Amino acid sequence: MFGTYLYRELSNRRKQTTIIAVGMALAIALVMIVSGVAAGVRDAQASVLASIYGVGTDITVTQEPEQLAEGEPGQQQPRFQFGADDGATTDGTTELAQSRLTSGAGSTTFDADALSTAAGLDNVAAATATLSLNNVSFTGEIPTRGAAAPGAEAGAEPGAAQAAPGGPDGAGGSAFSVETFTVTGIDVAGESVGPLTSVELVDGRIFETSDSNGNVVILDSGYAATSALSVGDTVEIGGEDFEIIGTVTSTSSEATTASNTYIPLDTAQRVSGLDGQISTVYVQAASSTEIASVQASLQSALPDSSVKTQEDLASSVSGSLSTASNLVGTLGTWLSIIVLAAAFLISVLLTTSGVARRTREFGTLKAIGWSNGAVVRQVAGESLVQGAIGGVIGVAIGLLGILAINLAAPVLSANAATTAAVGPGAGGGPGGGGRFGDATATAAATTDIVLQIPVTFGIIGVAVALAILGGLIAGAFGGWRAAKLRPAEALRSVA
Amino acid sequence: MYELTNLTKTYETKRGTVSALNNVSLSIPTGQMVAIQGPTGGGKSTLLQMLGALERPTSGTVVLSDNLLSGMPDARLADIRARTIGFVFQGFNLIPTLTAQENVETALAPLGLSSAERTRRATEALDTVGLSERLTHHPAELSGGQQQRVAIARALVKEPSVLLADEPTGNLDEQTRDEIMDLLEGLWRDQGLTLIIVTHDSAVAKRAERRLHLKHGSVTEKK
Repeated sequence: MFGTYLYRELSNRRKQTTIIAVGMALAIALVMIVSGVAAGVRDAQASVLASIYGVGTDITVTQEPEQLAEGEPGQQQPRFQFGADDGATTDGTTELAQSRLTSGAGSTTFDADALSTAAGLDNVAAATATLSLNNVSFTGEIPTRGAAAPGAEAGAEPGAAQAAPGGPDGAGGSAFSVETFTVTGIDVAGESVGPLTSVELVDGRIFETSDSNGNVVILDSGYAATSALSVGDTVEIGGEDFEIIGTVTSTSSEATTASNTYIPLDTAQRVSGLDGQISTVYVQAASSTEIASVQASLQSALPDSSVKTQEDLASSVSGSLSTASNLVGTLGTWLSIIVLAAAFLISVLLTTSGVARRTREFGTLKAIGWSNGAVVRQVAGESLVQGAIGGVIGVAIGLLGILAINLAAPVLSANAATTAAVGPGAGGGPGGGGRFGDATATAAATTDIVLQIPVTFGIIGVAVALAILGGLIAGAFGGWRAAKLRPAEALRSVA
Repeated sequence: MYELTNLTKTYETKRGTVSALNNVSLSIPTGQMVAIQGPTGGGKSTLLQMLGALERPTSGTVVLSDNLLSGMPDARLADIRARTIGFVFQGFNLIPTLTAQENVETALAPLGLSSAERTRRATEALDTVGLSERLTHHPAELSGGQQQRVAIARALVKEPSVLLADEPTGNLDEQTRDEIMDLLEGLWRDQGLTLIIVTHDSAVAKRAERRLHLKHGSVTEKK
């Protein structure tokens, strides 16, 4: 009887059933899409961070640059000095070249003991260290100093002296160029955490333990292509020649790897003169539930360091990806809550007004012997089915919406902030305004990533649960109203 | 069957207290056909509600076959209504979305019978009232008389010992009224029911063994 009565009521009161189901469906679909987009944005942010910090990195340890006092000179920029006899001279033109390997502007190095401290803490599964550097190469062509001018020969009229010959233009002019690329010193021991865990080999090989302290380098495949370099070639880093042993690419197809080049950590320390120094420690916790405790332990053991989790790092990601994240987190969430509340309210109002319209019907049923519980169950059952119908339709619409977004494949940009300015006088120190290495560091952290929304049982489960909840809430209100009805209501007559 | 003692029912309204029944004392033996007449607002429907355990008295007692209805909890009253009392209403009060057969089955739902048993008894009841060819018709597809027959079938399908009818012919024309009353009378005789009919129609009341007159909440016997 319950099923028959329920089916008849829902199919004969189609308007009410449709309104409730459609309202619930739209709310459920919106919740699914917003949840899905939030999950997709989180995945995209994690992908961006993974391309920089590597897969499996739960926590990074760095040291914030010291804030300098007013008037205190900023970080010294690479300075290229040439002796009078330096360079190769040909046809009145002297070619000069020099490269320096330095820590990146605005970054701070610290003692490598921090790595062993981190690795020795409880619940740390793995730890590795890197040294982030910039290689700055200066090349120039200047006219050879001291070369005789054609008009300076014997017999020449005074005042008829010509400009010194030579130089790249042959008229005594000069030309200079500065190239920079990032260099990251990597521990070749092969830990399961760090920047190289999010790359895949394109050509050549990855580091082996025997590469320690060797002059070998792995290039980012994008950088190798733009620089016309390949495995087997030689590249100068910090004034020393390095053999290219491999090229790698990010496992995220739209992202670049964290650095243009990778060399062994001890080699990086030696060539840059930063022996025993590192710039970042990457830590992997034993499990996701231990991340917070490991972060606390690290901060306690390394009080001068900045210890950040993936969540903290996610806030450093800017660009349209960040905007999307904020939109989903605020507007999207509130919109979902409002629409869901409206759908629940409509369901409750229509159910209770339906009960009111059926006063005589329910009164009659009570008069012929139906218990309060039986009448309440009937009302609640009808609401639950209406909610379930709305849920099924809503899930279908939500899946279609997610499919449409995935087919549209919107591209979002992400800029992961890497360095900060050092002191008030940093921009005006020796070397002038532009700082070598700054532009390269920013460009390397910009990533375009395609937003893909995952479809998980979790998202569908939440949607179905909300639909059932809506049905239960409406059923509870309607059932309460039906339970209050007095059977005597059925005996209204004009007698 | 029924023993009513000093039954009083009052209602609170915005204009004050309304007394629907005033110290009514009444005995109705088993198997009797009783008609209750009276002017509008005299308390007829209220008295029927007391007899049908649909309302509790303000004071006094209602005893149905040794069951003190006035003191019972709601669940027990619902059970008595499900098994012992059948109702027929002036407005038929059929559920519009259910067929004739399904409407009759609603009276059997509280008895915990199997679906097959419910169907069998409902079919039988509708056959008894002459509607075996209208099993799958909805109320909107039936005439007033046919709807009342369905309501009678619903009331009797659970084989009650009491049938309470509140103006059962109030919405029917003369011919149909007579048909319905012939049906009720026939069932009363055949099944030994205690039949209590509230009516303002003298033609209906004349058919009863006993006639009561209810006015201003007080009952008098009509000769």
